[in-house]
Amino acid sequence: MTTQFPVTNGDLPVGEGDGRSYEAGTDKPLLEISDLQVSFTTSEGVVHAVRGADITVYPGQSVAIVGESGSGKSTTAHAVIDLLPGTGKVTGGSIKFDGREIVGLPRAEIEAMRGRDIGLVPQDPMSNLNPVWRIGTQIEEALKANGFDGGKRERKERVASLLAEAGLPDAERRARQYPHEFSGGMRQRSLIAIGLASRPKLLIADEPTSALDVTVQRQILDHLEVLTQELGTAVLFITHDLGLAAERAEHLVVMFKGRVVESGPARQILANPQHPYTRRLVASAPSLASRRIQVAHEQGQESDELLAPDLDATVPRAGVAKAAQADIVVAKNLTKVFNIRGGRPGASTDFKAVDDVSFTLKRGHTLALVGESGSGKSTAANMVLGLLDATSGVVEFDGTDIASLSAKEAFAFRRRIQPVFQNPYGSLDPTFSIFRSIEEPLALHKVGGKKEREKRVRELLDMVALPQSAMRRFPNELSGGQRQRIAIARALALQPEVIVLDEAVSALDVLVQAQILELLGNLQDELGLSYLFITHDLAVVRQIADSVVVMQTGKVVEQATTDEVFDNPRQQYTRDLLAAIPGAGLEGAAIAG
Amino acid sequence: MLWYLGRRLLQVIPVFLGATLLLYALVFLRPGDPVAGLGGERGLPEAVQAQIREQYNLNEPFIVQYLLFLKGVFTLDFGIDFRGQEIIDVIGAALPVTFQLAIMALVIEAVFGVLFGLIAGMRKGGWFDGTVLVISLLVISVPTFVIGFVLQFVMGVKLGWFPVTVGRDPNFYSLLLPAIVLAATSFAYVLRLTRTSVAENLSADYVRTARAKGLRRSQVTGRHVLRNSLIPVVTFLGADLGNLMGGAIVTEGIFNINGVGGTLYQAIIRGENVTVVSLTTVLVIVYILANLLVDLLYAALDPRIRYA
Repeated sequence: MTTQFPVTNGDLPVGEGDGRSYEAGTDKPLLEISDLQVSFTTSEGVVHAVRGADITVYPGQSVAIVGESGSGKSTTAHAVIDLLPGTGKVTGGSIKFDGREIVGLPRAEIEAMRGRDIGLVPQDPMSNLNPVWRIGTQIEEALKANGFDGGKRERKERVASLLAEAGLPDAERRARQYPHEFSGGMRQRSLIAIGLASRPKLLIADEPTSALDVTVQRQILDHLEVLTQELGTAVLFITHDLGLAAERAEHLVVMFKGRVVESGPARQILANPQHPYTRRLVASAPSLASRRIQVAHEQGQESDELLAPDLDATVPRAGVAKAAQADIVVAKNLTKVFNIRGGRPGASTDFKAVDDVSFTLKRGHTLALVGESGSGKSTAANMVLGLLDATSGVVEFDGTDIASLSAKEAFAFRRRIQPVFQNPYGSLDPTFSIFRSIEEPLALHKVGGKKEREKRVRELLDMVALPQSAMRRFPNELSGGQRQRIAIARALALQPEVIVLDEAVSALDVLVQAQILELLGNLQDELGLSYLFITHDLAVVRQIADSVVVMQTGKVVEQATTDEVFDNPRQQYTRDLLAAIPGAGLEGAAIAG
Repeated sequence: MLWYLGRRLLQVIPVFLGATLLLYALVFLRPGDPVAGLGGERGLPEAVQAQIREQYNLNEPFIVQYLLFLKGVFTLDFGIDFRGQEIIDVIGAALPVTFQLAIMALVIEAVFGVLFGLIAGMRKGGWFDGTVLVISLLVISVPTFVIGFVLQFVMGVKLGWFPVTVGRDPNFYSLLLPAIVLAATSFAYVLRLTRTSVAENLSADYVRTARAKGLRRSQVTGRHVLRNSLIPVVTFLGADLGNLMGGAIVTEGIFNINGVGGTLYQAIIRGENVTVVSLTTVLVIVYILANLLVDLLYAALDPRIRYA
């Protein structure tokens, strides 16, 4: 890992340049969490999720809690408004809001505080709006619950102005729509409108944009920042993204395994992390300053050497033509049209998901398909995998058009190209043991006897750096990162030449993400694999890809080597994507300084 | 919306034709001669039998009989049964009673099933939850006729709270106990369905959002938990209306109600094909319409459902 936040002197002024002014010490703290303990009762006993957290938020201040999943950051935030899930309980410490103790307050008093004093913008905009009520109704509820005085008409007007304020154009009409008619970004804006409806003094923003595309993320965070500044609302950010936290908050609190391990002004922590965990976090945050993980280069090999035919000889594969092509996957003018059924007969419409897309993946290289959701990148990948038929255009694999393959040849083709999908929780059958999951493709393709297959599974587990004992376990016993390793092992089982990685690291915490990317780099080096890497995250692209194809609404807008795209982006859309990476601006400033 | 409704109503036609053809074929293929059995021990004279066969077109090939039946349906002239009653009158007499009984049972199971299920789901793992779960399991596992006879004996005969039988004069009060018996099993299912659904919805993200807005618990429960939990329950209730109408034979027998169940049973025993098929067809249509109603209600409860 070569990623590093540029280190500058630790003496940066607090909250410089973000327009907020507060002076610690002179103001009375708005929120004061001291020695908070939260635990959950499970069938296996009591789990201590938060073990002594101290966090102080002053009026108007923005504070971010940073940590990986399971660090207790969300639990801490939920404890503040008494919305701990399930069996969660505050077992010690105190939470003071405006000088008043919240822990142990009667339900009615907490209910009175929620919304009015403390607002919440939750994490996942897809699941946080009730699908059966209109957006306007759901905002109106927030007004009614918090003593909005005024009749029905004033309420409706207020709802429209709140939505407009949250950045939704045509708010009056939008208020009459249902959540499923909104995009993710629009839903998150509605949730911000709900959170700020009653002008709370403190807004808890729990990973408010982690489910959104980077460019949308940036717009929404910018908007939220302006809005809370105008209203003088203090913000408590919860995030796993250090870059985002440093960019959006003046004060950082780093949590690790239920404890606050470090806190202080954002820039000071970035520049001079004290705790080993924070140091690791800073080091592995993918960012623009990252460089390609170049295991091959470290060993003195150039990519041209990787292409040399003798490399193929070192990786024995059954049934592979010896005269291998240098371009293993070539997509020519790929187009995919979906027919969307309408409400009445004959009212169907065509939707072009992929529009005349061409790209080439060289053997032993990594090609990244980049774009926001809806850009058609996954559809293109599915066509390369042969899982979707192209409406027009050709996918050539090793010189052969995959559409021309017979059923038998197509079966053999599948051995040579394997996928790894985004969600490690969804892509492993929960009723299959790890052994069975990895062995399945081998058994399906009748590779070797039972003993040999078991040996191969052990080998594969070694390759992805998991203990062989994991074989007998089940997916629910493993973490997200471990599951993704299993998915990679499964993809490697048939010794494919190409692996299609569809957002394969997007669901993982930064540290785990870094490990998996490194693993992928090593495997590529050892096995001469070619990767087709689908992602929305440009920071990851920089670490893994040799060349980049940027897609927007089904079309290729830019196509170049990774360095070219990052150093000299030609299209505005690419520039927008680059600018939207959290921490990008911050780094630039730090480098300039 | 209108397109959807029109298409759904058009679907009734093939279902009606298919169901009646199938039913007619089944009844026709049944072994035994219904006419031969009419005269009891001694049997009817040959000439009378021949006349009855002629009257009911029993000598015609199957498909002709079926087409004649269809003609009767479309001209609303079902003919007369073996006892000389107009079949349409027989149906007219049986249907309203059964319909009233089924609707009463549906209301009982919906109201109590949802209410108890909601409380149990809100307090999952509590004593109320445990108690109703055991009771519902009991109700599901004990056959209807046992529940029927026990309630009839205790509430009707011993305590005298309800009329023991319904007989010729069905009214709301006399049908109440039969409706409770009829509703019992479905009540248990509705309760369990609601309970699971509520418990699941309670931990939904949007419920947390609703609480974070500052809504009181009762508001959160009514507006966000209950409405969303009702979606699967409504599906069940709609399908159940058909079951209640056709499946009341046992209950109608116990409480001596002259409804669809009893009439159908008698007609099957006597081999009155036209009566059997006509009544069953009415039930099929009720079933189809109930399902259509469910689909419309479903879309009203859940705006994500599109009429397509």
